Amino acid sequence: MKSGRFWAWVTFAVGAAYFFIPLIATFEFSMRMRRGVYSFDAYTVVFGDPRFQATFAYSVVAAVFTIILGVLIVVPAAYWIRLRLPHLRPIVEFITLLPLVIPAIVIVFGYIRMYGSNSPLPFLGSAAGTNVLLVIGYATLALPYMYRAVDTGLRTIDVRTLTEAAQILGAGWTTIVARVIMPNVLIAVLSGAFLTFAIVIGEFTMASLLNRPAFGPYLQNIGANRAYEPAALAIIAFAITWGCMSVIQVLSRFAPKSANQPN
Amino acid sequence: MTDHFLKIQSVRKSFGPTTVVQDFNLDVGTGEFVSFLGPSGCGKTTVLRMVAGFEEPTSGAIVIGGKDVTRLKPNQRNIGMVFQAYALFPNLTVAQNIAFGLKVAGVPKADSDKRVAEMLNLIKLPQFGDRYPYQLSGGQQQRVALARAIAPKPKLLLLDEPLSALDAKVRVSLRDEIRAIQKELGITTVFVTHDQEEALSISDRIVVMYGGKAEQVGTPFEIYNRPATKFVANFVGTLNVLEGTVTDPSTGAVQVGANSVMLKGKLNGSKAGDTLSLALRPEAISLGRQPGRDATLGGEIAEVSFLGSVIRVRVGVGKDRVSLDTFNSPASPPPTVGDKAEISFSPEDVLVLH
Amino acid sequence: MTDITVSDPAAARSAPPSSSSAGIRFPTQWLGVAPFFIFALMFLILPTAYLILGAFQNSDGEFTLENLAALSQPTIVAAYWISIKVSLASAILGALIGLAIAIAIVRGGLPGWVRSATMTFSGVASNFAGVPLAFAFLATLGRLGLVTVLLNAIGLNIYATGFNILSFWGLTLTYLYFQIPLMVVIITPAIDGLKKEWGEAAATLGATQWQYWRMVVIPVIWPSFLGTVILLFANAFGAIATAYALTGSSLNIVPILLYAQIRGDVLHNPHLGYAIAFGMIFITGMANVFYIWFRTRSERWLK
Repeated sequence: MKSGRFWAWVTFAVGAAYFFIPLIATFEFSMRMRRGVYSFDAYTVVFGDPRFQATFAYSVVAAVFTIILGVLIVVPAAYWIRLRLPHLRPIVEFITLLPLVIPAIVIVFGYIRMYGSNSPLPFLGSAAGTNVLLVIGYATLALPYMYRAVDTGLRTIDVRTLTEAAQILGAGWTTIVARVIMPNVLIAVLSGAFLTFAIVIGEFTMASLLNRPAFGPYLQNIGANRAYEPAALAIIAFAITWGCMSVIQVLSRFAPKSANQPN
Repeated sequence: MTDHFLKIQSVRKSFGPTTVVQDFNLDVGTGEFVSFLGPSGCGKTTVLRMVAGFEEPTSGAIVIGGKDVTRLKPNQRNIGMVFQAYALFPNLTVAQNIAFGLKVAGVPKADSDKRVAEMLNLIKLPQFGDRYPYQLSGGQQQRVALARAIAPKPKLLLLDEPLSALDAKVRVSLRDEIRAIQKELGITTVFVTHDQEEALSISDRIVVMYGGKAEQVGTPFEIYNRPATKFVANFVGTLNVLEGTVTDPSTGAVQVGANSVMLKGKLNGSKAGDTLSLALRPEAISLGRQPGRDATLGGEIAEVSFLGSVIRVRVGVGKDRVSLDTFNSPASPPPTVGDKAEISFSPEDVLVLH
Repeated sequence: MTDITVSDPAAARSAPPSSSSAGIRFPTQWLGVAPFFIFALMFLILPTAYLILGAFQNSDGEFTLENLAALSQPTIVAAYWISIKVSLASAILGALIGLAIAIAIVRGGLPGWVRSATMTFSGVASNFAGVPLAFAFLATLGRLGLVTVLLNAIGLNIYATGFNILSFWGLTLTYLYFQIPLMVVIITPAIDGLKKEWGEAAATLGATQWQYWRMVVIPVIWPSFLGTVILLFANAFGAIATAYALTGSSLNIVPILLYAQIRGDVLHNPHLGYAIAFGMIFITGMANVFYIWFRTRSERWLK
């Protein structure tokens, strides 16, 4: 047992080194912009860059719309499948796992060919349409995470019993969804939302191939042309991801504990 | 029982500053069935785990079959163990689970197959060899776990609350089955439980544990009828406790409420004016006067519970309440709450708790 | 979908609310799942199917296997080969290292904070991919990266020994940054599922630690392990942003080739793009089919 603990510490230490050294190195590199001294010049330059502000804002808006779209698609489906259509569960779970198997670049390639300006649904015929298509593409990427988060949330609260209890008390469907289901799965939905945000904010492939002025392509462009700013951007991106994950962790503490459910 | 197969000698176990087992001594004879009985946290499981080798005693020694195994690993001790949560290997069939110990010991396939078939018959699941654990009920899983533990013919069998996860009916039948198999094989067994009925019904001897110490070691009969300490008396069985005051130590007269009872030779040097706790099992008390039960107390019926073959009656005596059982007889209706009543018992049956 | 609705009246009848009329109830429950299915069909299944069909058509819309045959040209074969190598290497290494870390934090007797810190960090790192990850590794192991410089200072010039961040090993090392944490996140619950009593039961039955691992632990976690390896493989196989930002187009992996083809038809055959996409789906799809086949065949003990 003693030697087991020793090797556990060694494994942990080696792992920690592998994961922390790049972060330290990147941070150190990002401070080297001014010759001879450490400074936050690279960060000043990045934050002052109007393209940074514009692309970041674009991606935040895209992420927000992605989350809204994802919630609108996933929550009713997950709810109805828990409550009424459990036999559809295998099909739905299979579909939600597809985006993990089909690469994003393939999906967006399909969009470009199917929804071109000459097609019956010419999403790509206008900038607005392309924006919509980008949000749709992001929603497919987020589908596995969103569905799992919401489904887990619904499982812990025992949807069926809550719904039946609300019905016995005379509630209609809108009341049930708005007053009973939503507040209870809100935490789960928010967890899925922040995960979606973390995935979408720096996404490169879809935004680049749809020619949208998003944060991901901007990052790539800076990387190809600058020396120190990319390191600063990497630290910023890591901080954003960390922030999203921390929010999810904090949220999970408020999640309803499974008190009354069988599985 | 001169040949002691398992000896636990002055064993103490501390986790950091807390001592969970202190100065524990026990000799278990070959083929004996000994139960460790106590509430959770009393140290009974820790003692068992030290015998199994999962914990090392802070001090003291454990000897199995004349060999000091205190520092040996569990897999070098030749013991069989059954766990509360069955702990069957989920990826192996019933037959493969039972054969596990034989396989790691390098028993040839043919012999192993024969032994497995034997074991399956012993636990009365001969058709279940190819099933997986998840296809079995809890009681069946625990029988397989028992078969797995005894298949390699260990000299010592350890049972860690093996019945606690099962429902009441299965618990009783499996309990009897375990005892029958243990007797048939003559295997020395240590059984840990918090259920006094289980311990009383199955054991040759019981060790009642509390606060990391053995409170009393004895046969079920001794433990139940002659509890050595207040804890044992309270923990094992139902007990009625009456407060009494010694009036005359020479005759053994003790005042209980408005009545006086004679407890000659039981007062153990108490002086006049001392307060005593007098304990009585429900079955030692009768409603009304009975031949041979010549101590009587007056009271009032406070509660009547109909339990089928038995009617449990609570009688208020002074400020105390006394439970007693009467057999249900269709001819005579049960007593009514509020009636005056007299209870009788034999002074012999009174346990004086100091 | 209409026929499914009609074929399942029993489920609808038994479901609440019993107060509203049957005529309203039927569409409501389908209304709930309809957006999901329409969305999945239009933006996930049909576009993929469109590409797969396109892979078997020439520019006149006739059936052909020429596109697939054209995949055999050396640049494309080389791209697939290096993609498969990087994905396999990062998936298998990531899975093994991730497993070791998961075992260390669950079974290693380490203090509780180690586990929670590792899990939190893994959640972050598994989502820290794409372009910023490439920047971080350039700043670490690029020619001017901190680690490169420090190693140089102690007399070890890793670039002189043939290392290059823009290579197979460089890319694999970078991918491990999200592969290992993803493994940790997924496999830790499976390690938690290994009951302590199994090990104790095995020990009392005389098994050594190694026998217990060989006969119980490895068979029990093998399905989760293999499933995660497949997921990690697909994860790396489809990834493009990290590689693109790291190497530009100097490392010829399939997604980068497809990216270039989509942007500028560098292969001078639009349908060859479909074939490349089909090849990618085929490979990740086959990996999953293999996994499902394996699981149903050898894991009868799974409920």
